[in-house]
Amino acid sequence: MNHPQRAAVFTSDAERTTWHDETLWFVRQKRDKAVYAIPEFQQLRQLASDIKEHTLSRLDEYLEQFERNAQANGVQVHWAADAAEHNRIVLGIMRGVGATSLVKSKSMLTEECHLNPFLVQNGIAVVDTDLGERIVQLREEAPSHLVLPAIHLKKEDVGETFHLHLGTPKGEKDPQALTEAARLHLREKFLVGQVAITGVNFAIAETGAVVVCTNEGNADLGVNLAQVHIACMGLEKLIPRTADLGVFTRLLARSATGQPVTTYTSHFAKPAPGRQIHIVIVDNGRTRQLGRPDFRASLKCIRCGACMNTCPVYRRSGGHSYDFTVPGPIGAILSPNIDLHQHSSLPFASTLCGSCTDVCPVKIDIHTQLYKWRQLIAQANELPAAKKWGMKLLSSVLARPGVYRFGGKVAREGLRLLPHGLTHATAFNPWAKARELPEAPKQSFREWFEQQSSIPTGQA
Amino acid sequence: MRNGQQTPMKVGLFIPCYVDQFYPQLGIATYQLLEKLGVRADFPRQQTCCGQPMANTGCEQDAKPVYRHFARTFAGYDYVVAPSGSCVYHVRKHYDVVEQTPEVQRVRQSTYDLFDFITSVLGVTELPGRFPHKVGLHLSCHGQRGLHQANESEMTPVRDGQLSRLLRSVDGLALTELNRNDECCGFGGTFCITEEAVSARMGQDRVQDHLQNGTEVLTGGDMSCLMHLEGIVRRRQLPMRVLHAAEIFNAALAQPSKPVSTFVPGAVVAL
Repeated sequence: MNHPQRAAVFTSDAERTTWHDETLWFVRQKRDKAVYAIPEFQQLRQLASDIKEHTLSRLDEYLEQFERNAQANGVQVHWAADAAEHNRIVLGIMRGVGATSLVKSKSMLTEECHLNPFLVQNGIAVVDTDLGERIVQLREEAPSHLVLPAIHLKKEDVGETFHLHLGTPKGEKDPQALTEAARLHLREKFLVGQVAITGVNFAIAETGAVVVCTNEGNADLGVNLAQVHIACMGLEKLIPRTADLGVFTRLLARSATGQPVTTYTSHFAKPAPGRQIHIVIVDNGRTRQLGRPDFRASLKCIRCGACMNTCPVYRRSGGHSYDFTVPGPIGAILSPNIDLHQHSSLPFASTLCGSCTDVCPVKIDIHTQLYKWRQLIAQANELPAAKKWGMKLLSSVLARPGVYRFGGKVAREGLRLLPHGLTHATAFNPWAKARELPEAPKQSFREWFEQQSSIPTGQA
Repeated sequence: MRNGQQTPMKVGLFIPCYVDQFYPQLGIATYQLLEKLGVRADFPRQQTCCGQPMANTGCEQDAKPVYRHFARTFAGYDYVVAPSGSCVYHVRKHYDVVEQTPEVQRVRQSTYDLFDFITSVLGVTELPGRFPHKVGLHLSCHGQRGLHQANESEMTPVRDGQLSRLLRSVDGLALTELNRNDECCGFGGTFCITEEAVSARMGQDRVQDHLQNGTEVLTGGDMSCLMHLEGIVRRRQLPMRVLHAAEIFNAALAQPSKPVSTFVPGAVVAL
């Protein structure tokens, strides 16, 4: 299935679509309020964009600086070229310390690498400790949003899931009670977790420290209770200095949820005595994206999810319709880099309205990149045949005024004379499923214009 | 800007392909509105399309001959004016893939959306006339976010723009306050076919916002969005008329109650 097909399934439940749209629009509005309250917000965006652009321009130097400083802090640094290597490294660390249980706070990178199934296959018990992540993990689903992984689910759905897995009373849907159940359940897991994995929001080159932003404190609890902390990061997470961090923490939570700052902003620099910190730095296609001038800016992304909350298509098609770790507009410009063929429908899952670009806290020109991916997808011959040949035909008509004029007349006359049931047959006219076609006039504008004989004509 | 010479500016009217074929009344309204504002526009008859439908589908390469044809057709004009922000945005932003001859560069710079032309070039900020209706303005994304013809809710809570100002200046016209001032309607070119389900749903949601807030006449600056929304209004047989803003102004100006004072007819505008 491609995006339109999955989106059609989603929208077929009209009520749920309304709910999903309104829930995410509410988050977008919270973001707006937070943004309007900061007079220098647009300057902050520019500054963040500039810092990221600078960092990407000398990423190799900053990565090496980061590695040196982290190692000097007693941290073990690992490099992974791709997802498979990342997973092998994590498993290797676990086996090295004889661990069989893992608690994991939110990490889209480990989702991207499909770490969980790999570890489970290798006999490791993995528990996601972010509440939303835990819910989707229990349901054996993928997160549907970067920041709100279970946003596709209603409280009734969560109640059902918890009844099945955590033994809450059937029909329980009170958020307070459900959260309390999750809390107790997770507390047990935290206590036995031998290794804790976290993602990384920012990695600071000048100190070798990593910064993890959460609202639930689950990262801190996991890391502080476990003997070993593995922090997994994409190589684009670098920022040069600690002084740069404030620019991003001011932008991140405001853009994501409208909070001034995440509840926890935790800095991890040195392992406590007798404990270990490992950092796994992953490429997995990122240097390839860095080498694409039109798309390298996508690596500035700080994973706030604002482009999803604002995207009118995402809100009405759901995160799973993208079938990629990172859904929404940003996912639609990251995914073709990973597999152009598989994700060729994603850059078309947009009206190019540009709202994503305007909310992006690091000013990624998302809708322009969507447009550019479309060109590459067409050049790679990945367009559906009807689209490809239809556009070739249209181009050849529109480059020839005489043919255009004749074609327009035929189309109008056809629309006028053919029965409504035929022109609006949904089997070959998807427009007509929910819309009427325009009423075809007898006369085109140009025919009217020519009739105005008193009016001097143009340069025909 | 104005050098005071009495050579009239040469304005070429670009009527987008689907407007030419399906909404001639909009072309007529645009032509007549400009005339009432003292601009006698030319309609070069070799014109076809800006090429956007193909390019947005990924077929920019196929569209190049259409771009060149557009540039050739409008090369001789001081201004190219179109009642569609989307086409204008396309010409300005995406004609960078053909050779940038002086002709192409000039056409890209001088192509204006109708209301941008009226406001920025003619300097008209108020339109006389009467239109006693509750009007709902659909802000089209390419005009708003692309050409910056209106404020964006992503940036500021202040709802303001060229078209809303012009509409507010019309006697008797009341603008609807919408729940979502600038959400996309879901037309999106070939998106409306390939992503039919989401496109239709987006349009239905926009129409519902207008319906809830009392819109009698749904208007905008881009007929493509309006064609999509009108398709939904007619399918659902809703009590709402859909008119391009040029049609409203042209109707309102039928008998001008006061002269258009801010514009000197015939003044040439230096490029």
